[in-house]
Amino acid sequence: MKPNDAGITWIEEKPLGLAERLYLPLFVQGLTTTSRHLVSKKNTVNFPEQRPTVGNPLIYRGVHRLNRDDDGRVKCVACFLCATACPAHCIDIVATESPWEDREKYPESFQIDELRCIFCGMCEEACPVDAIELTSLLDLTGKSREEMIFDKEKLLSVYDMTKDAEPMKSADLGGTL
Amino acid sequence: MPTVIVDGQEIEIGADERLNCIEAARRAGVEIPHYCWHPGLSVVASCRMCLIQAGSRNPETGEVAMIPKLVPGCQTPVKDGTVIVTNSEAVKESRARVEEALLIDHPIDCPICDKAGECLLQDYHFEHGQSERRADIQPFHSRRRDVGPTVTLFVDRCIMCTRCVRFTREVSGTAELMVSARGAKEEIDTFPGFPLDNKLAGNVVDLCPVGALGDKDFLYQQRVWFLKKSENVCGGCSAGCSLVTEHNQDTVYRLKPRENPHVNKWWICDEGRYGWHHLHDESRLVTPGRRAADGFDDVEWADLITRLRDDLKAAGRLAVAVSPQLTVEEAWMLCALARSIDPEAFLALGYVPTTGDDESFPGGFTIRGEKAPNRRGVEAVLGMFGTAETDGKVPGWTDLLAQVQAGKVQAAWITAGHPTPETSWCDEETAAQFDSLDCLVVQDLFDSPLAARATWRLPAAGFAERSGTWVNCGQHAQCFEQAIRPPAGVWPEGRLYWNMLGRQGLYDPHGVRQQIAEGSATLAALAGNLPATGVDLRLQQLAAT
Repeated sequence: MKPNDAGITWIEEKPLGLAERLYLPLFVQGLTTTSRHLVSKKNTVNFPEQRPTVGNPLIYRGVHRLNRDDDGRVKCVACFLCATACPAHCIDIVATESPWEDREKYPESFQIDELRCIFCGMCEEACPVDAIELTSLLDLTGKSREEMIFDKEKLLSVYDMTKDAEPMKSADLGGTL
Repeated sequence: MPTVIVDGQEIEIGADERLNCIEAARRAGVEIPHYCWHPGLSVVASCRMCLIQAGSRNPETGEVAMIPKLVPGCQTPVKDGTVIVTNSEAVKESRARVEEALLIDHPIDCPICDKAGECLLQDYHFEHGQSERRADIQPFHSRRRDVGPTVTLFVDRCIMCTRCVRFTREVSGTAELMVSARGAKEEIDTFPGFPLDNKLAGNVVDLCPVGALGDKDFLYQQRVWFLKKSENVCGGCSAGCSLVTEHNQDTVYRLKPRENPHVNKWWICDEGRYGWHHLHDESRLVTPGRRAADGFDDVEWADLITRLRDDLKAAGRLAVAVSPQLTVEEAWMLCALARSIDPEAFLALGYVPTTGDDESFPGGFTIRGEKAPNRRGVEAVLGMFGTAETDGKVPGWTDLLAQVQAGKVQAAWITAGHPTPETSWCDEETAAQFDSLDCLVVQDLFDSPLAARATWRLPAAGFAERSGTWVNCGQHAQCFEQAIRPPAGVWPEGRLYWNMLGRQGLYDPHGVRQQIAEGSATLAALAGNLPATGVDLRLQQLAAT
């Protein structure tokens, strides 16, 4: 569209009135806003000294964890549905026959590249046995890229760390196959 | 022409064709769901999934009389005036009931079932089943038992279609599988002490419409929806069975038979089925090398193109062994290349591994004793270069050895590519005969006593890594495309010959094939685009005479 297009209506800027030209009323208006924020409730915290509060941990999408079943074994059955659903392709699973009598298949290795993850929560939604969940842990840091690839042990340790504060979201829905 | 009416649509079938309702409906584009029926096996009509309404139209009055009950489509032959109804309420209701009955006894462990994604029980339930479950049965753990060294059975996933039982009785002729017990308790089992251990055993896994029979080689390796499928041809023996190579990220996970009525019907042997592991063998040659004082120096392919030609030119009389593993296109380019280096080059068919006699099975399937896919194709190409003797025979590996022994040649280019990582195709004694040569080029998948003596040691490509045409023992030519890329650093033979011939751009097997078809009466049938099931070279040859 060009400046002389017929569809454009050009309007003139209104000339400044007396109040605008005096500048003082606007100055007072601005100061009022500033002083109101000075005394109002603060939304920010001094991270990391202070921890922000997570509204509802059930729907927060932070660091992943791999849940354990009643016997403390990894709950995952290596069905690859999370890896299939993952839009960022950050989940890598190697499946094998399980060493247990009552289970057929389990993940020999389970890796999530937390740097590649976009925390959309599709893996949690896809999981048929509620093995993978997103916790409310939000400060995810590491010194190298390798450190940010979470393996099965690390994901299970996240579960051990968070299981008391955040119980499994739907333990009664569907057990381990 | 007989006319069959499928859901109101009239289709014509051949006068001599003997079709059942499933096949006739398929002609009309209507798919009748079925589990137990398979075109390669006898009809038992036990699964009841293909129940349809059938009747016949009176040719004179045009009046349609229907059979009052539903009939199994697989067992009902069609004739002129047969009326098939597959979309009525009665048929739909019957299908939903069959699905419901099957799922009452099923563990529904799709997340851990290897068949999920290509399971007929899933597909048919989605299409014909009902969304609600009336029985309150919790998912349970399927019992599992091994029925043979390569096949495992998930007992409770089975829907008792008995395709596998019929296969072992009718096609492999070994009859290891049976149905034990009756009614709701019936199970597939083997006879005590007689495991499912025959050379066609893997086919029962493909036949299984659900996840009951699992291939131990593939079990839990990959979910099927990640696999990409490429149409290939088996290089295991001279039968040249049509295959589907299923792979992901340049790794082959399994091979499946591809239906081809002219070659392998619906089957492949276990030797071919598991004959891809050498592609990912650690010991494969992956870098081209030239002999140095100690071992081989790595050479860039771009340098190799000129240096190899110079070396061969300098050495003198050249002998070339054209491996029966090469495609027709590659063989032709290699011959053309050899003649461009030395116009008098001695061209011979390479080593053809042979193990015993052909082995036939009652179902008509034959495993060939000649363990190379393209001897006929290479022979035809060698014929184009005027190497054929008066009796139509082309010189072979022993003739080439004789030439080398007699000191008639100073350089040799040996192509092989046989999938034998454990035992080499060439022993020390044979290899020692090449010691007298000035320049020996060996192009192979694995190191061998011969490759150890080479002046130039070049890596070769495996069967799924090349594209081209193979001609099987029945003169049936099949084209195939490259399925996976070879390991980093390996140029497939076609690419090397293409570049050494000084041709521009990417290797174009199709273009080379057209050139071959124009220049040879034997291979004239390769002109144009070949159908997926291939062409019979003899038909064209007969037409020419």
